[in-house]
Amino acid sequence: MTTPATSTTRAPFLVDTAVLTTRSLRHVVRSPDTIITTAITPVAMLLLFVYVFGGAIDTGGDQDEKYVNYLLPGILLITVASGVAYTSYRLFLDLQGGIFDRFHSMPITRSATLWAHVLTSLVANLVSLLLVVLVALLMGFRSGAGPLAWLAVLGILVLFTLALTWLAVIAGLTAKSPDGAGGFAYPLLFLPFLSSAFVPTESMPGPVRWFAEHQPVTSIVDTLRRLFAQQPLGNDAWTALAWCLGLLGLAYALAMRSYKRRMSPC
Amino acid sequence: MTTNTAIEITGLTKSFGDNAVLKGVDLRVREGTIHALLGSNGAGKTTLVRILSTLLLADGGEARVCGRDVSTEPARVRESISLTGQFAAVDEVLTGRENLVLVAQLRHVADPGGIAEDLLARFDLTEAGARRVATYSGGMRRRLDIAMSLVGNPRVLFLDEPTTGLDPQSRLEVWRTVRELARQGTTLLLTTQHLDEAEELADAIAILHEGSIIVDGTLDELKALLPPAKVEYVQKQPTLEDIFLTLVGHTSPAGSDQ
Repeated sequence: MTTPATSTTRAPFLVDTAVLTTRSLRHVVRSPDTIITTAITPVAMLLLFVYVFGGAIDTGGDQDEKYVNYLLPGILLITVASGVAYTSYRLFLDLQGGIFDRFHSMPITRSATLWAHVLTSLVANLVSLLLVVLVALLMGFRSGAGPLAWLAVLGILVLFTLALTWLAVIAGLTAKSPDGAGGFAYPLLFLPFLSSAFVPTESMPGPVRWFAEHQPVTSIVDTLRRLFAQQPLGNDAWTALAWCLGLLGLAYALAMRSYKRRMSPC
Repeated sequence: MTTNTAIEITGLTKSFGDNAVLKGVDLRVREGTIHALLGSNGAGKTTLVRILSTLLLADGGEARVCGRDVSTEPARVRESISLTGQFAAVDEVLTGRENLVLVAQLRHVADPGGIAEDLLARFDLTEAGARRVATYSGGMRRRLDIAMSLVGNPRVLFLDEPTTGLDPQSRLEVWRTVRELARQGTTLLLTTQHLDEAEELADAIAILHEGSIIVDGTLDELKALLPPAKVEYVQKQPTLEDIFLTLVGHTSPAGSDQ
């Protein structure tokens, strides 16, 4: 018989999060289809827009600029938006199946159960993003961006993924059915269409253009595009950063609130 | 150890909206005993277990597990309890071994791998240990569930309807495990709808009805509540369970393979 464990671990939160993240990543690795499906929608859109609509779209830039270069930043955001749906789905299943009850009746740092899903989402989405970028490269996407610009692109995508993931956590915690858990992502998938992701906002009629120019996707897409094209960033970069951090903070606070409510309904 | 009371509940109340589920529950469970909590569906058994395992806050009253208050010292309570049965799940995507290692790591015990092997052997799951739990039968799953609850040797175990949905053989296996645990000094609070299960296992039986404990005592004490037994001569027929177990072979894999 072993003696009852007296916790000698120095950083129980980190250990618990690491253990639970490993578990959650195993779920992803054992259903690789979730990564593929996450990448399929954006890849299909890449193909559709580059090879079908692309020839007729005037992005206003010089004519040598390839449409795939214009398109990729928006497609990357769509990748993340479709990927986080799996996070709410997995979270919902954990709550529904009772495994959260087991974890929560154990002497662990409780919030580690959420962080594990968030970190898993980050890893899974980065893999999907990598797949989409590889496909784009095959389709002729080229960027002269240096390592620093690529790092900045990565940083923005990480922030954007975290923000949407915490939104997904809210959906997973409050959903009543698995479909409801994943369904929250659909509106997110449409936001890029009402932005500069596919066509320049200048071509849109008044109110639509106003909306497009003031919603987060446009500033984030424009920033990514400038980073890829090695253009000066301007104010858009700050707007994009503010949107990402603001959304992240808000989503995190709301997620924690519904988590506390869900865990001690009284 | 100064006290031999493992669980002490006084005046516990809990409502969901207008629905008062627990209306002042009093219960005392002695250390190292099997205490059955009987009650029909919706009597509040699960609500009581959820409060005791720190998953739910009570509205009023007090509940202590191993001397610790579940509402003010939940972290300390969690160190001495474990939950299994109806609503505590196993991870279907992981293998049996991975499930055990996961719990061992979360309980920060030394040598999670070794503990997993011990428990797999003890619950006759060594061969199945490398398979995903999704492929397990109901009985194997429940055995794994109980095995996971034993990691770190909790002093108090909550078994919420541990044999619901099991075939007769698996049920007997679970019973054997429960008796074995009590023999080793674990305190078990067992909720069940099966009266025979309580009769078979419990040192004490409490009946939860419409939000409070209406009787609590040993089986003999409970029997004494009714008029003394009359002697009647009844032809003893084998029960269907006797027939079933005779036909399929009484011993279960857990007993025969060792």
